[in-house]
Amino acid sequence: MSKVVEINNLTVQYPDVKALDDVSLVVNQGDFLGIIGPNGAGKSTLFASMLGINTKYHGTIKFFDEDIRKSKSYLKEIGYVPQKPIFEKNFPVTVTDVVRMGLRKESDENKIDEILQQLWIHELRERRIGELSGGQQQRVFIAKALVHNPKILILDEPVTGIDQQSIDLFYSILRELNSKQKITIIWSSHDLDAVNKLANHVACLNRTLFFHGESEEFFSNDELVKQYSEASMQEHMHHH
Amino acid sequence: MSFEILTFSFMHRALISGIAIAILCSVVGLFLVLRRYSLFGDAIAHSSFGGIALGLLAGVYPLWTAYGVSIASALIITKVKDRYNISGDASIAVLLSSGIAVGLVIIGLSGGFTIDIFSFLFGSILLVSVDDTILVLALTGAILIVILLFYRQILYSTFNEEQAKVSGIPVEKINYLIVFMAGITVVTSIQLVGVLLISALFVIPNVTAIMYGKGFKQTALISMSFSVFSVIVGILISYIFDITPAGTIVLIAIGLLAGTMGIKSSGLLSKK
Repeated sequence: MSKVVEINNLTVQYPDVKALDDVSLVVNQGDFLGIIGPNGAGKSTLFASMLGINTKYHGTIKFFDEDIRKSKSYLKEIGYVPQKPIFEKNFPVTVTDVVRMGLRKESDENKIDEILQQLWIHELRERRIGELSGGQQQRVFIAKALVHNPKILILDEPVTGIDQQSIDLFYSILRELNSKQKITIIWSSHDLDAVNKLANHVACLNRTLFFHGESEEFFSNDELVKQYSEASMQEHMHHH
Repeated sequence: MSFEILTFSFMHRALISGIAIAILCSVVGLFLVLRRYSLFGDAIAHSSFGGIALGLLAGVYPLWTAYGVSIASALIITKVKDRYNISGDASIAVLLSSGIAVGLVIIGLSGGFTIDIFSFLFGSILLVSVDDTILVLALTGAILIVILLFYRQILYSTFNEEQAKVSGIPVEKINYLIVFMAGITVVTSIQLVGVLLISALFVIPNVTAIMYGKGFKQTALISMSFSVFSVIVGILISYIFDITPAGTIVLIAIGLLAGTMGIKSSGLLSKK
């Protein structure tokens, strides 16, 4: 199985806090990796470093065996769905306009219709993005992330503030992308049940990586699940 | 009303350069408005005031010095803003006031306000020369070509910088490109509406067009149509009634905005 991502000794030091401490991680082709961890565990910092948004880190990050400091060409193979895409509510773009932004070549225009149909948003294509519900918007951003046929899909806690029906649809889309289209998925989530159902690999992050392995191994180990739940609960109490 | 005015060659020049400037301002302005940078045009215009004063003092054609000073100060303020993390509106205030301050000091040194200064402050579209018209057309063409070439990159980085970066778009370079184009556009437009009313052409047709709830290209086309309409009707009315073209053009644009708001609140346009 070929490695698509290889992270070695990744450390990110912010002025007042160490966001990531010596994290090493390998993702193989076809993996569906769920990254779990409490708020402030460093999930977003990890993604920001992997995506080239944060460049102040120690250690190495490789995509397809190439150090991302040396070449940005790996970005062509990535589709990224942010936690909550920020845009002006009145921004004058239709669903088609947004998905088109994800294209790397203008010549692939017909790909837009195809992906809109696949994600059940074809009839919304002429609507303005700001008029849609949270769940619909999220599907548009997944379409944008997929329209250029990426090998890897990276999703940052993508169900925040979305209704249950949309979440279910979203999960079934993810499952299909991974199983039928063989897209490698790296997905951070708070939802342990969903990770249990969908992911085949789990990484538990709380500044350091305290578990990384097969999903079954994690969920069959009560001690690990309890440890995770406690860490997350403490964080939860801390925030309230 | 006779159509005699349409036979004057100064009127041809005014209308041709006016239409070109209207299209240019509405396209460049749409990106500025969407970036919450609406007053940036105004700030560049004020800094061009310093450039104009410098040209008048040095005996150089003032628009040339205005291009130099405006583009340089726009790029510098963008760099300073990123480097020292100054907010967008504060950086606009700095640029705006420093341009006027420089202009006032230079005008003082050169012996006070002249008729030339007033024509730059309030525009003088009926006085544009053949050379000016050619320059306006050439710059409009060049900027529109650049925008078409980088359309996806400019739109995407305007929509969401971070995601654009992740898609491999050189967002910082695109930002400088926009600032550079805005600098050229502002100085080119000074002849039409003057330093004081420039942001009206950048902002009002776009705010109006955005209300029609369409996609990006349609919004840009609606904005251009409103802008061109305001300029043509404004120039003609101002000539017939012997009033200032700049003020008339802007008032017509405001009229279109008010009309659109009226249509919208009456429910004929979808309320969003």
